Formats: sequence, C-alpha cells, structure tokens
Amino acid sequence: MTVQSHDFNADVCQVDAVLDVVCPMHVRLGAGGEILNIGPTLRKCWSQHFAIGDPVFDAFSMLRPRAGDKFSDLIETAGQKLHLAFVANPETRLKGVLVPLGDQLGYLLTLSFGIGVIDAVRRFDLTSADFAHTDLAIEMLYLVEAKNAVMDETKKLNLRLQSAREAAEEQAFADALTGLSNRRALDQMLEQTLTQGNDFALMQIDLDHFKAVNDTLGHAAGDHVLTAVAEILRDVTRSDDVVTRIGGDEFVILFLGLVDRERLGTIASRVIERIEVPIPFEGEMCRISASAGTTLSTYYSDPTAIQMLADADRALYRSKSLGRAQHCFFKPEQDITLAQRAEDQ
Amino acid sequence: MHGLINRAFQSFVCDTYGEAIWETIVRKAALEVTTFEAMLVYDDQILFDMIRAASETLQKPCSVLLEDVGTYLVSHPTSGGLRRLLRFGGDTFGDFLLTLDDMPDWAQLALPELYIPPLEVRQTGPDGYRIVVNSPLAGIAFGILGVLRAMADDYGALVLMDLAKGETGLDQIEVQLLDVKFAKAREFELAHSQ
Repeated sequence: MTVQSHDFNADVCQVDAVLDVVCPMHVRLGAGGEILNIGPTLRKCWSQHFAIGDPVFDAFSMLRPRAGDKFSDLIETAGQKLHLAFVANPETRLKGVLVPLGDQLGYLLTLSFGIGVIDAVRRFDLTSADFAHTDLAIEMLYLVEAKNAVMDETKKLNLRLQSAREAAEEQAFADALTGLSNRRALDQMLEQTLTQGNDFALMQIDLDHFKAVNDTLGHAAGDHVLTAVAEILRDVTRSDDVVTRIGGDEFVILFLGLVDRERLGTIASRVIERIEVPIPFEGEMCRISASAGTTLSTYYSDPTAIQMLADADRALYRSKSLGRAQHCFFKPEQDITLAQRAEDQ
Repeated sequence: MHGLINRAFQSFVCDTYGEAIWETIVRKAALEVTTFEAMLVYDDQILFDMIRAASETLQKPCSVLLEDVGTYLVSHPTSGGLRRLLRFGGDTFGDFLLTLDDMPDWAQLALPELYIPPLEVRQTGPDGYRIVVNSPLAGIAFGILGVLRAMADDYGALVLMDLAKGETGLDQIEVQLLDVKFAKAREFELAHSQ
C-alpha cells in the first residue's frame, strides 16, 4: 500500500512536470476545485495573488460561456472554449479550456492570453521561455511589430505624397511669376461661387502704358512691374477675395459677397492710385496706370461666368475709351462695338 | 527590388558618408530618382547601378561595401526595427543561426514582395555552422555576412566568420562560435515598450 502510494505521488509529479512544459499556463485542480499545481508562466505572472490549495474561483472568474461561481458550473463546460478574467487584474482576459484528467488527478485548466498577449508580455515581462515551444505567441509578436513598422513607413509615404499632390495642385492653379491664382483657378472659383448662388463682384483690371515699359526698359522691368502690381492687388483686397492674373497685364478680382458699388468704387480708385505711384527698377522709374471695369452678379437673373467676364471686359473698355486710369461699372444698356474696341487699342 | 533595400542603401550612404556623397552617387549612376521610398518597388537594375557607382565613388570594393551595409542595417540607431525583428529568431546566437532557414518566410509574413535569398543552415560541429546562400544575386552573401556579424555583437557572442565559394559554386558562410556570452547582449524585450 505504501509502495503504491509512493508510485502514485511520483506519477503525479511527472504529470505536473509534463504539464509545465506543454502548457506553462495551466492549473491542475482537485475534485473540489482546489488548486493542486500552477504552471510556471502563471506563477510568474500572479504568484503573489494565489497559491496551491486556494479554490479556483479565488483566482479566476468565469465570464463565458456563462458567468458562474461554483466549481460544478466550471466542470459542466469541460471541453468548451472558456473566457475567464483574473480576479486580481480583471482587465486581463484569458482564454482557456477545462478537461478532466481522471479521478485521481482531477482537472486540467489550461489558459492563454489570446489577443491580449502583447499587453501581457509587457505587463509581466514575459520572454520566449515563458511560452510553450509550440505556442505561436512569438510569431504573433513579431508580426505585430513588423506590421507597425510597415504601417509607419506607409503613413510617412502617404504624407509625402499628400504634400506633393498639394504642391502640384497649387502650381497648377498659380501664376508662376506673381504667385497669384491663374485663369484656371478663376474659372473654377467662378463656377463654384455661381453654383453656391452667392453674390459677388467681378472686376477686371488692365495696366495702361505697360507695353511702353516692356519696350523701353525690357522684359525684366515688365516682370518687376507685374510683381509689384500683384502685391498692390493683394494688399487692397480682403484675404478671401480671389486675385488672379489671367494674361499678360490683365488681372481679375473676384470679390466674394461684396456687391456694394460705393465700396467697390473706392477699392478701384485705391488700386489705380497705388499703381500710378512710379515703380523704381534698376535706377529707372516705371510709370504705369490702370483701367478697371466691374460687373455684379446681382445685375443678372441667371448669371453665367462667360457673360459676366464679357461684361466686366466691356466695362473695362468703357474706362479705356473715357481716357484710361479710371473705373466703370457695367451698364446693361452699354454697348461698345467691336470697331470702337479696336480704336481703343 | 523592394524599395526597402534601395532605401536602406541610401540611408547607409547618407548616415555614413553624408548627403554630398549620396548626390555624387545619384549623378554617377544616372538615377532618375534622388530618394527612394521604402514602400515602393523599383527595377533591380537601379540597385546594381547604385552599388557600382558607390563602389567607384568611395573607392571600396563592392564586397566590402555590401558587408558594411549589412552591419549598418542591424547596428545603426536609425534602423533599430530590423535588429528587433531579427532578435525574434532566437534567444541565443546559436538559436538565431538555426532559424535562418525560415528567414524568407518570416520576411514574407511582414512584406510579401520582399525578396530574401534562400538560406540553408547546417550545424557542422558543436560550435560550427555553415550557411549556404542560394541566390542568383552576386554579392548578396556579403550583405548577409555583415548582418550576421552585427547580430553576433547584438547577442554578445564572439564568433569567427568566413565567406568562401563552396563545392557547389554557391557562397558559403562558415561560422565558428567561440564564446556565446563573450559580452553583454543588447537588451531585447518581446513587446516594444511604448
């Protein structure tokens, strides 16, 4: 009898040793649910919280397949997937399965951290020696780290592509010399504003005597003048007005939400006044002026971009025919023939 | 070739020799791009042209250059990610060597387009290992040699390594592990602290 008992104890030790290697996150439970052996990884994580002899529900609570606090509830789940929480750290969830080992050995409850393995490795300072050799935890940790590295690179690439795209778009809509918006940008803004149905004014500005500057002082002087004019236009307009250079010495300003003739007249006068201040260039003075014409979206029952641009142009030519250096509003009855336009030029 | 490799080569040149040398190499190799994206794939020829131009510019044989690149990839602070990924291969340098067989599979899990040459590892004695590099890309064995040297340092192991052509005509790296705990290994925690 004594010999038999000794053999049995040796067998139990051997079983526990096997379990420690094959499933290092296990507890072996007695017939009454008391803990008989604790696997080495579980010991490492929570040894201060439970010990051999404690009832299993002092250490773990069962969440699924159903909540329960009696050992008989746990036995009923044998072979099924279990979700448990550790009583001392309820936020650490565990997956597991319970299997009976036979009358004398009791029950095996083997556990895993599941998807929470990364947190657990960090929290309990686990190493590869804490996982069974067959466990894929190390591969999983590798994959997560590789994925994060690839995601970081991809994010950086996306940011670079995004800023490259923005720069390209800006170039496509900007006039290279003055940095103002170009014709394409104006067309797009006009369409957008018309679609939204907001009121606005469209002012076209042509430089007077610009050709003379180009001819006598050269193209560098001409470019310098255009840049200076662009600065003036930016200066006298509000930040949400759209200032564009649509051709050689032609500028168009889109005043969003502004249809007050008096204010527009004041702005036009200020533009002309400032443009008439001689612009120094390499010791010479460039003297130019400007003519302007404006039309308002409120003049039309159904405004279109083509019509409004043409009408702003007509108003501009009226300013020119009246002796330049001035500003006119478009008058619906106004009609300047092509012959007159040719004469003006 | 995966942009990761081209990008690694670029980082190696810039970090080791400076931007000006990199620009010289770009001009000499007549590259169409001046900087590589790690997540795009480039024509193989670009890498070959780049290595040749670097070898001429720096007056170093390609073999030396490639070994330096391999070492750089593991040991330079800016590329700490690779060192960590490789350390998942094993707890000791010996374990690590024995998992080199699986290296292409590990790499493809992370980046399916990444080409890693097939490596065949054999234990030739209690402390001896032979790594056969089976790749049509000439010179790649030098890069691997550089990686292995740096990883030996990382594990704190003292090793002798030698690269030679084997009987089959393939490059072979002979490794003699002299002392597994020669120096303190660099720290490695399974989960990166955040």
